[in-house]
Amino acid sequence: MSEFAQFSVEEDGGSGAILVLSGPWLLSTIRDVDQRLASIDGPIARIDLAAISEIDTVGAWLACRLTRQHGAQVTGASARAQRLLKAVEHCESEHEFEPPVEPFWLRVPRRMGILVGKGWQGAFGVLGFLGEILVAIATLVRHPSRFRVKALIRQFELVGVEALPIIGLMSFLIGIVIAQQGAVQLEQFGAEALTVNLVGRITLRELGVLMTAIMVAGRSGSAFAAQIGTMKLTEEVDAMRTIGISPVEALVIPRILACTFMMLLLGFYASVVAIVGGAVVGDLLLGIPFWTFLERIKEVVPVHDLWVGLIKAPVFGLIVALAGCYHGMQVKGNSEQVGLRTTMAVVSAIFAVIVLDAFFAVFFTEVGWG
Amino acid sequence: MILHQQPPQGMHERFRGDHPIVVEGLVNRFGDFTVHEDLSLTVNRGEILGVVGGSGSGKSVLMRSIIGLQKPAAGEIEVFGQSSTDANPAEEIGMRSRWGVLFQGGALFSTLTVGENIEVPLKQFYPEIGGKLRREIARYKVMLSGLPDEAVNKYPSELSGGMRKRAGLARALALDPELLFLDEPTAGLDPIGAAKFDSLTRELKQTLGLTVFLITHDLDTLYEICDRVAVIADRRIIAVGTIPELIETDHPWIDEYFNGPRGRAARASMERARK
Repeated sequence: MSEFAQFSVEEDGGSGAILVLSGPWLLSTIRDVDQRLASIDGPIARIDLAAISEIDTVGAWLACRLTRQHGAQVTGASARAQRLLKAVEHCESEHEFEPPVEPFWLRVPRRMGILVGKGWQGAFGVLGFLGEILVAIATLVRHPSRFRVKALIRQFELVGVEALPIIGLMSFLIGIVIAQQGAVQLEQFGAEALTVNLVGRITLRELGVLMTAIMVAGRSGSAFAAQIGTMKLTEEVDAMRTIGISPVEALVIPRILACTFMMLLLGFYASVVAIVGGAVVGDLLLGIPFWTFLERIKEVVPVHDLWVGLIKAPVFGLIVALAGCYHGMQVKGNSEQVGLRTTMAVVSAIFAVIVLDAFFAVFFTEVGWG
Repeated sequence: MILHQQPPQGMHERFRGDHPIVVEGLVNRFGDFTVHEDLSLTVNRGEILGVVGGSGSGKSVLMRSIIGLQKPAAGEIEVFGQSSTDANPAEEIGMRSRWGVLFQGGALFSTLTVGENIEVPLKQFYPEIGGKLRREIARYKVMLSGLPDEAVNKYPSELSGGMRKRAGLARALALDPELLFLDEPTAGLDPIGAAKFDSLTRELKQTLGLTVFLITHDLDTLYEICDRVAVIADRRIIAVGTIPELIETDHPWIDEYFNGPRGRAARASMERARK
């Protein structure tokens, strides 16, 4: 049985013990020999390699380490074994493989400090990024010919047109859920008819725009971060700079404009589709005819609800695009960063959108658009 | 998943045959574009075989076919006497543990340190080996590849291009392969670094008893370390042999390659070195 690496210790009169290695001493046959070797108690005077059938650098490394530990001599090494032993002999190192682990009372404050520092840097970074955008906009106003119309139209298509099916489906379903759930509750007061008010006001004012912003953050904000981030990694952004193209003008401005404008349209579209979804439920479950439902919307929803939605939508779009482009431009170093920054772009965009939405809710109620 | 599967027993015996790689009648197509048509090549055990050819002639595709990353449209590829085109998964894993590949850009995992990069194949194939020994193996592999020992703890992005190539080589050597594939190892290195890499390749081949399949554009590498050179042109291997033998063939592309200004310079420098 010489399938695995074997060893035995033989006594040899006065000159000390002989460690006889046998079988194949290869990476694939070493198994737990390393641990078992540690339990030998010395002293070993000689290490006999004559019975080894095969050897590779791992076998040679172990043999070499044994000779160092016990100060033993190697005998019976084949030509190949000698070559390998000679090669790995020079590979000793005093350096520790792993850097020493920092104790936790030092690690926690250090991490904390890094986080705070990064937070400051992040704040300055955002400010600098906004400044770059303003500069780019000013340049474009002065030199309108440098504006990239094609890129803008392409982004319109990617952010807006291609999002229509998924946002339509989502909004339709949301309309259905609101109408159906609302009707169940309102029925208890005999007020099913108010379902129309509920669906109309909540979708135009809040949910249509908010859900669309979340969807756009997931669809387009993440794509912005990943695209720009990958372009940073492949040095395309640097190449643009050397040719004299400002990456902010070429990459960021079209995306921000497209996202802002398309959010306006998508938000409105989502609200309309959600109302249609509500009307379908009204027709099927509540006995309110489809067209009567839509007529009632006109009567019960104040027109400022539409304005509230339409004012919020482009702001949300701007935030989503800014977060995506900013995080994309922050990618440095390796591919892991792209994933990290994409996640950060989506999370920060959605968070900011929801916080702002709360602010808008209070603000518009206070100014009398309740 | 192939996680932690053992190579089949008996796979640890070194290959004793004469030809670790035999390619017969290989055809590779991408859509309508034929890269290889009836390509045949035999690699001898223990040699450094240089593979040359114009850009886009399919050198890397040939390598990818041999290591099983590219499924050929037709043809037979035998590695270590086993057909790699119809190997079952267990056999394939066994074969994979017996060759190392250095990709053009090094292809080190950017989120791991150099040492961890080398430990990846070790963990994958031999999970039974203890962590301490595994780290030692990683460290001496790094040093065998001519890197300073502290490179073990560095991330690929902290290394220069030449060091990254060496780290990639260390990972390719992690499993003590018998067969080493190098894809343009000296591309992008300065002449001194390239020459050092060449001598490292030769040294490792001698000490570890490797067979090396080396794709290169570097004429100095061909003259310095290659035992034989295979030329890919017109979708097949048009000639294999030592450089003097190749020059005898009178093929126009080979003639231009070795007797062009760069070819002459490389030959002259080699002749000077021999004297």
